[in-house]
Amino acid sequence: MKQLTVLSGKGGTGKTTITASLAILANNPVIADCDVDAPDLHMLLHPEIIETQEFKGSKLAEIDQNKCIECGLCQKACRFEAITDFKIDAMRCEGCGTCLTVCPESAIYLKERVSGQAFISKTKYGMMSHALLFPGEANSGKLVTLVRHNARQIAEKEKSSLILIDGPPGLGCPVIASVSGIDVGVIVTEPTVSGIHDMKRVLKLLNYFNVLSLICINKHDINKENTQKIEKFCEKQKIGVVGKISFDPIVTEAMVSEKPVVNYSPENVVSREIKELWESIRRLM
Amino acid sequence: MIVSIASGKGGTGKTTVAVNMALSLQNVQLLDCDVEEPNAYLLLHPKIKETKPVYLWVPVVDEKKCNYCGECAKFCQFNALFVAIQKVLFFPELCHGCGGCAIVCPRNAIKEKKRKIGTIKIGVADGIQLVYGELNVGEPMATPVIAEVKKQSQNNSTVIIDSPPGTSCPVIESVYKSDYCILVTEPTPFGLYDLKIAVEVLERLNIPLGVIVNRAGIGDRKVYEYCREKEIPILLEISYNKRIAELYSSGTPFVLKMPEWKQKFQQVFSEIKGRST
Repeated sequence: MKQLTVLSGKGGTGKTTITASLAILANNPVIADCDVDAPDLHMLLHPEIIETQEFKGSKLAEIDQNKCIECGLCQKACRFEAITDFKIDAMRCEGCGTCLTVCPESAIYLKERVSGQAFISKTKYGMMSHALLFPGEANSGKLVTLVRHNARQIAEKEKSSLILIDGPPGLGCPVIASVSGIDVGVIVTEPTVSGIHDMKRVLKLLNYFNVLSLICINKHDINKENTQKIEKFCEKQKIGVVGKISFDPIVTEAMVSEKPVVNYSPENVVSREIKELWESIRRLM
Repeated sequence: MIVSIASGKGGTGKTTVAVNMALSLQNVQLLDCDVEEPNAYLLLHPKIKETKPVYLWVPVVDEKKCNYCGECAKFCQFNALFVAIQKVLFFPELCHGCGGCAIVCPRNAIKEKKRKIGTIKIGVADGIQLVYGELNVGEPMATPVIAEVKKQSQNNSTVIIDSPPGTSCPVIESVYKSDYCILVTEPTPFGLYDLKIAVEVLERLNIPLGVIVNRAGIGDRKVYEYCREKEIPILLEISYNKRIAELYSSGTPFVLKMPEWKQKFQQVFSEIKGRST
């Protein structure tokens, strides 16, 4: 079983658009949406939820106001500025428990905190593992780990040969959780100054985790000079450019119709280019 | 006044709005809080005046004092400490730096030391003071670096905060204590879905908000319908425009080549100034 994550560093380069189409082209993969803060893949793949799990990622400190003598020691000990006026700010509390250790009255306790939900679903193109972190909650990395754990279990049961993962933007904990132990990372970049900068940082991350990196240049025709820069850079670093996808309004049209672009307009140039992308990835995997 | 620029969905144009707005106003400080992928400096080319390391306090166990009782590992909510037979294992990437293990250790065997997780840079470009952070590649925790960037904010300037995408802890840290938040979205189903999540977060934080619709003209009208129903003001529309996209791709803030936009950003700013007071 192989695990492939679609990444980008910079947001909005086309990760989800491309993942949705790859889900159709790959033969019955297990699909995992690891952008748990702002998941969008379900809007294109329309999963039918079979199972919902509560996600208890962290704890939350609570002060028993009847026991509290307002000494302020907890406020001093908290390094996350989560306690003011002897009250816990749930949005800032990391659930570390340090406040408990300094309270002379044992007035503080930790309680479980439900920070989101994980789902196991069925789509037309394969089983899907996805989740939703409740707005403003922490620990998205742990929820990503749960989504991937669920995906692996399904893949083992169904004897799937591929887990296709839609990764989050950025480089921090949810991204690290999305790439640890995978076989291939496909970085979707765009020929903009920021797109290139962010691609290079993700490449570093994938090297750090010893993962094979492949590059797909989305909207390659919006700045040909920058596209050449990316290609030259990849040639020098011996990184495979596995796809170049044109800018076309059909991509937004497909999104508005809530369909993956290879289904919405199979003969369009973008769909043909995504098919070529998939063929190249498959050969290299 | 502190104005943060956030979005939910990535790539909607947060940095474009933050940088162009900063260039349209006087006496501005721009804090780029997207420390995982900082981009504002790529558009502003600042002259860097100061570089500061960002540290997290992490435990060091004095094995001469330690009797492997396991209290520290039992305490740690993040599984960063593991006590084996005659050995304490520490996993630095899991440590949040809360300092609790040093407090609970009955033999006083835990001291703390600084571990570098990133850098912040302070520079100047076109009269704007730019502060940005860079999380070291491979480090999971962005919030301490964001907190360090925010510590540089100046009371006597207009502070613009460029937030990272998403809706979890790095976003909360970035927008926390802002007087107003501008959510940048695009009129597409993804843009709308992620906008709704971002609005929920800001409502929980009690921060007044307005929307800038970027790439107006693509997609559909549902973002507008949602904003009307929720009575969220649409502060500005930036039409999908090939010139703006080209300028962005080559790293040029569009107000520098299309100065007529400066006035629009100034109007947005005076509108939110009115709304936040």
